Amino acid sequence: MSDGHDTHHTDDDCGCSDAEATRPAGAGAVPDGGTATDGGTATETGGDFEPVDVFGGEDMDLRPGADSCYKCTSCDTSCPVAEVDDSFPGPKFQGPEQWRLKRKEDTEIDDSITGCSNCMRCDGACPSDVPLSQMHNSARGEYVDNQMDKLSREYVRNRILANYGTLARVGSKVPRLTNAVMGNSLVQKVNEKVLGITAERDFPEFADETFRSWWKQRGGPKVQSEEKRIAYFHGDYANYNTVEVAKALVRVYEEFGYEILVPDQRCSGTPMFANGMLDDARRSAKVNVENLGDAIENGYDVVASCTSCSMALRQEYPELFDFEGTETVSANTYDALEYLLVNENVIDPVRAVDGDQLDLPDFAYHAPCHSRNQGLDRQAVELFRHLDGVDVEDVGDSCSGISGTYGWKEEKYDYSMEIGEEMFEHMEHAEGETGMTECPTCSMQMEHGTGYEINHPLEVLEKALVETDVEV
Amino acid sequence: MAIEADVVVVGGGLAGATAALSAAREGVHVHLISAKESTLRQASGLIDALGYPDPDGRSPPLANPYDGVDDLPDGHPYRVVGADALREGLALFDDAVGDRYRGGHTDRNALVATTSGRAKPTARYPRSVAPGLVSDDRDTLLVGFEAATDFDAPLAAERLTAAGVPFDVAGATIAFPGDYRADAAVTRLAHALERDEDAGNGRSTRQRLADRVRPHLGDAERVGFPAMLGDAHVEEVRADLSDRLGAEVFEIPTGPPSLPGIRLEDRLFEALDEAGVSMTTGNPVVDYETDADGDIDRVIVDRNGARIPYDADAYVLATGGLVGKGVESDRDGPREGVFGCRVPAPDDRMAWSEAGAFADHAFARFGVDTDERLRPLGSDGEPEFGNLFAAGGVVGGADVAREKSASGVSLATGLVAGRTAAEEA
Ligand SMILES: Cc1cc2nc3c(=O)[nH]c(=O)nc-3n(C[C@H](O)[C@H](O)[C@H](O)COP(=O)(O)OP(=O)(O)OC[C@H]3O[C@@H](n4cnc5c(N)ncnc54)[C@H](O)[C@@H]3O)c2cc1C
Ligand code: SF4
Ligand code: SF4
Repeated sequence: MSDGHDTHHTDDDCGCSDAEATRPAGAGAVPDGGTATDGGTATETGGDFEPVDVFGGEDMDLRPGADSCYKCTSCDTSCPVAEVDDSFPGPKFQGPEQWRLKRKEDTEIDDSITGCSNCMRCDGACPSDVPLSQMHNSARGEYVDNQMDKLSREYVRNRILANYGTLARVGSKVPRLTNAVMGNSLVQKVNEKVLGITAERDFPEFADETFRSWWKQRGGPKVQSEEKRIAYFHGDYANYNTVEVAKALVRVYEEFGYEILVPDQRCSGTPMFANGMLDDARRSAKVNVENLGDAIENGYDVVASCTSCSMALRQEYPELFDFEGTETVSANTYDALEYLLVNENVIDPVRAVDGDQLDLPDFAYHAPCHSRNQGLDRQAVELFRHLDGVDVEDVGDSCSGISGTYGWKEEKYDYSMEIGEEMFEHMEHAEGETGMTECPTCSMQMEHGTGYEINHPLEVLEKALVETDVEV
Repeated sequence: MAIEADVVVVGGGLAGATAALSAAREGVHVHLISAKESTLRQASGLIDALGYPDPDGRSPPLANPYDGVDDLPDGHPYRVVGADALREGLALFDDAVGDRYRGGHTDRNALVATTSGRAKPTARYPRSVAPGLVSDDRDTLLVGFEAATDFDAPLAAERLTAAGVPFDVAGATIAFPGDYRADAAVTRLAHALERDEDAGNGRSTRQRLADRVRPHLGDAERVGFPAMLGDAHVEEVRADLSDRLGAEVFEIPTGPPSLPGIRLEDRLFEALDEAGVSMTTGNPVVDYETDADGDIDRVIVDRNGARIPYDADAYVLATGGLVGKGVESDRDGPREGVFGCRVPAPDDRMAWSEAGAFADHAFARFGVDTDERLRPLGSDGEPEFGNLFAAGGVVGGADVAREKSASGVSLATGLVAGRTAAEEA
């Protein structure tokens, strides 16, 4: 038997006091407010950390954020890409380590940065508040600006994927034709060969009518209210493809007495961040911040039905841009379900519904990474617990693997499906044979991997509260 | 409006999870809020109750943790809540984890071999670790991987031998089968084992691993690997490897990131879900509001600048110690971070620490001072708030790293804080 007598004093397996003693102090690095001046300091964080806008001429200095990394590797452990792609060195390298290397002159961004899918899981994992995804986003932007050949197939492909909204604007004018063309397997093969867009996936179908035209036709809001007002950020998918989600939002919010504004808007920028197209993202963000900022000034809160959109507005905008009002938009933007849960009594009416009378299946629910990062991963499961007769089962905390444009890239497709494998398996083991998620691309991946139809929680809420005679 | 519950628990580590389970058992609706993933993911997954009660650290490890409670200094959380709370806390833990853990059948500490070749007294240990106990006299082979540098198997074997363990122990270092980057994450390797991936030459990972270990086996009847034998299906991996080697395979708890810690966290969150506890993780509690009596009315969660209120009748503070960020320290001294509760400390900063990493440092015991219901006390000796109860690392008076009592303190105080909060609700 060991003599713990004089050895336990240096026992390093527990690590608690070592960690306590050596843990770097201060430098909490997530921006938390402060005033933005153009091209200058964006935030003040209590520590001495001041990230500077990448676009302001000077380079963003995230080094102090890098210094608070104590190499615990929690971020690497949580990275779904590092898990399957042996050529991807993981968030710790992409973030703090690369940032430290970059302090030396002439150090280029390592091209492995293009392997990151921008799922932002590493952010949530880091106990030391190292601004990992902000580091990745800005490194990727720098890589694309300075090191990527603008004539390369990869650049062109990424630019097209990142600017899906532009394509959609054209495609949705002639939805049936576009659907027929894009669904054509020859076209898909050509896309793969020429552009590097995988032929394995079916393009999302365009709706016959966009949400915005439906909204216009309908004559805008049916409810007027001075107190309860939301500005809906629908994003491109709900406008062009999953229009039923946007309509569900309108009906549910009107049921609760909200006046809805649908401001002019562009893509949230998520696919652009993920592809390092920061100039494109900046242009979109500027329009969004201006229009949403105006709405907020008129008493509206901003609500999004896609968790990547709300993530962009809440976190990525203030991390990367410093337009006037960015912080205000960030602080006043909510996820659609979250907003109702905070401001309304949703639980009692849901509890009052006789779920067995509804035409609703059981669901296999997947929480998108970008909802997880916002702390919203449990909301759907916990709300629908109160809906009798409808079972909503969480299928686990793995990433779905598609991560927006990542899973559309020919060279990433296999990784994307490998990451998603755990989710597919859990979905198949779940009681429900219909999927549920907040994210339109996760939804594509869930459908692609299992063949299930996928609903948005708002659609379920619409069925439960709007089409019944329950009092809300 | 706000998000409502009977009890809100702030903090999602072992203490917060225990408090939430304990309160939910009393039949109230609990909402658990946690800023980040907890230190469980870094912790060994071992549940230490009390290994070394005496502050000088001169005595041998305790055989029975309950025996040491009376030797602890006044104000130690075990003295405040009593040894029965520890017993009940461990029972609640046993209930939550089921047969994933061992040690529940006895009051005795087990001695578990660590990666540095020491024997650590602990009260509960994962089933995968059980065959490696130092009290077992079967001859042992320890196997480390070239890629996982924090376990030097030959050195650990040497140290265990020097410590006089009642068995022969040898160590070997081998290359992990398959083609992975030199610095591959342990989770990556664990999953390769779990899925039994193709490791080249038409052979699977486990097959090739067994082939590489076999020449080192000698007379060993058990083989210890660093704790990376799969994730959710560790038992399957272990059984398969044991079969292939003709020797019982076990895991040795490692430093961060720790798969036993991650597995434990996953299980605790499942148990919370089963108990109907609501959970919000990812955003910190940054503020609170009080009612006319000065009790806590609501806590405010910061979500990228938006302030989201959470209302309850009673609150549990389980934000951890200096590591979990529950206790902060600045030029004016230490204080509790969310509610600003008093953390007693010597005025003279020089008295905060002693020479030597594991000496009896005052700072190691930093934390809130409480009454026996675990309400943090102000400088007047009165509870700071009538409806706030503290649990885990944020409670002062224990030097958990030296005592080997961290998880036990979290379980005992979590149990009591959760129960008293539920009574208040
Ligand atoms: C490296 C390491 C190794 C360890 N090894 C062992 C071991 O071998 N045996 C053993 O028994 N114990 C061990 N421990 C200790 C054990 O895991 C726990 O740390 C201990 O029980 C304290 O638990 P806790 O729940 O009080 O705190 P923590 O686990 O620190 O959890 C605190 C939680 O509170 C959250 N939080 C903090 N502030 C806020 C806020 N403002 N709002 C919302 N949430 C907040 C944090 O995000 C975190 O989730 C180890 C710990 C570490 C760090
Ligand atoms: S954002 Fe996701 S893919 Fe990128 S490094 Fe972080 S965890 Fe990995
Ligand atoms: S999780 Fe944070 S502290 Fe840990 S290695 Fe990653 S960046 Fe560093």
